Amino acid sequence: MSKLVVTSIGPASSVQDGGRPGSQRYGLVPSGAMDRLSLAAANTLVGNELLAAAVEIGPFGAAFTARGGAVRVGLAGASRNADIGGRPVAFDSSATLAEGETLNLGFARGGSFSYLAIEHGIEGEPMFGSLAVNARAGLGSPYPRPLQSGDELKTQAASGAAERRIELPVAADAPIRIVFGPQDDEFAEDSKKLFIESEWKISATSDRMGYRLEGPVIRHLDGHNIVSDGTVTGSIQVPGNGQPIVLMPDRGTSGGYPKIATVITADFGRFAQISAGRPFRFKAVTMAEAQAEAIKFHELLRSLPDRLRGIEDLGLNIEALRDANVAGQAVSAVDVSTWQVAVP
Amino acid sequence: MANEVRLIQMAEPLSPPRLLPSGDAAITVEFSRTIDDAANRRVLALDRLIAAEPIAGITETVPTYRSLLVHYDPVQISFDALGERILARAAKALPTETGTRRWRIPVTYGGEHGIDLEDVAKALQTTPDEIVARHVAGDYRVAMIGFTPGWSYLSGLETFLHMPRRKDPRLLTPAGTISIGGIQTGVQCLAGPSGWHLLGRTPVRTYQLHRDPTFLLEPGDAITFTAIDAKTFAEQDRAAEAGAFVAELVTP
Repeated sequence: MSKLVVTSIGPASSVQDGGRPGSQRYGLVPSGAMDRLSLAAANTLVGNELLAAAVEIGPFGAAFTARGGAVRVGLAGASRNADIGGRPVAFDSSATLAEGETLNLGFARGGSFSYLAIEHGIEGEPMFGSLAVNARAGLGSPYPRPLQSGDELKTQAASGAAERRIELPVAADAPIRIVFGPQDDEFAEDSKKLFIESEWKISATSDRMGYRLEGPVIRHLDGHNIVSDGTVTGSIQVPGNGQPIVLMPDRGTSGGYPKIATVITADFGRFAQISAGRPFRFKAVTMAEAQAEAIKFHELLRSLPDRLRGIEDLGLNIEALRDANVAGQAVSAVDVSTWQVAVP
Repeated sequence: MANEVRLIQMAEPLSPPRLLPSGDAAITVEFSRTIDDAANRRVLALDRLIAAEPIAGITETVPTYRSLLVHYDPVQISFDALGERILARAAKALPTETGTRRWRIPVTYGGEHGIDLEDVAKALQTTPDEIVARHVAGDYRVAMIGFTPGWSYLSGLETFLHMPRRKDPRLLTPAGTISIGGIQTGVQCLAGPSGWHLLGRTPVRTYQLHRDPTFLLEPGDAITFTAIDAKTFAEQDRAAEAGAFVAELVTP
């Protein structure tokens, strides 16, 4: 039996998967990955189901050591400096730790969460069909809490398959798209305009339950207490202080503040990755646009296995390397983490 | 003649709910903007009808006081198409009391188990015994379950016991707390924050892992409370920890 031992890890790191929908009527929130596309990419790299359980790693560094045999992993999401025993490892690719080797991961760059998928998956006892950690409800496996140093993630020995990389569309630095509702009629038109036209930042006091936004005060028409109703992941509720809170995968299933808008499905993972303090904007779209984007996002997830490439292809792409050099960019053929792959 | 009148009344169309977008994968089907028992019954009736006659693309439904939140897969069905089908269901989802389960839930009131009982009695200018007698006499219904697993919000609290919530919510209240807040009373399962007034505690776990069923109460269930002493609470608490319901199912 191989296992990955957590040798060091920061806060906000836990085992997550596609979550456990189906029991929200009993107050149990689905939880699951903050950034599903990155979770699915990490899993695809090692041949797992798209939304299988993987390690969601928060903004700080982490290290994992293989014990009892080799362990093959896939890395995706917010990129980091990464090495296995001093050997550089690229994000959006797979790599294998030999018995006793340690994978070192630095701080997250250009995002908050990275995903480490383990070939053959993480062994655990699913509750409501999921290993996802929801500490408040005592759920999650192998540990019903965020990961700590010394924790062990059991799996099967690495297959020895050739390492892969995955070509993902470049994440656009575009506004986060929302649809208004369900309670946008609790706000005046100029409040809605202010919400859309202002620059926002995510507060450092945010977590997997909610991201607190900092920006102009959004005023209600008629008080901030409504009768509690159901929430979704991405609901943007506005409490009495006028500073919106975006509800994240560990949200309460009901809430009593008016919800001005909802982040669209296709942009939720990109929103979850915005680092605290970095300015961003929202953009309102129609329901038809939001649903068309949701269908495109679904198709992108399904296309991930077709986006796998061999690692060796990279060094042989002389044409792309020459183009990049002509453009005057400092591209190193060795540092694969900064290498922008030419789209075929 | 009387029958005829009743038929005409029943044939009156129910006013349609409002369909509010909650993002691209959920619709809030709103029957009222306030806490309204008739609206809550319509929420539960629509919930039952959708369970009985499923609509392809719906992934789960979440009943609340005044609206039914319908989660769906936008890859399978659009907002417009689903909205139309929900409105058709809502027009024929008649509230009914048939099939209502009734639970009797034991509560130990006051003392360390209900630290606000005396203050509530003072605020309402009566005795703690009177508060307990009135709370136990109530006939309640699970209007919704939400916030955290098993937190059951009950409608049917008598007007005398209506009280504004605490100005300073407590960050931690015990598991099993029975409390009142505003015009509601509730059964809280897990320890957690609350701004309500704590009257007592029940050994009943409305949410317990590794028990079948994990969730004891359903939205729509009828509830009555029965007072127990602290010694009985301790005994039943141990039994509940081992997986016993402790709550008594009075009518199935």
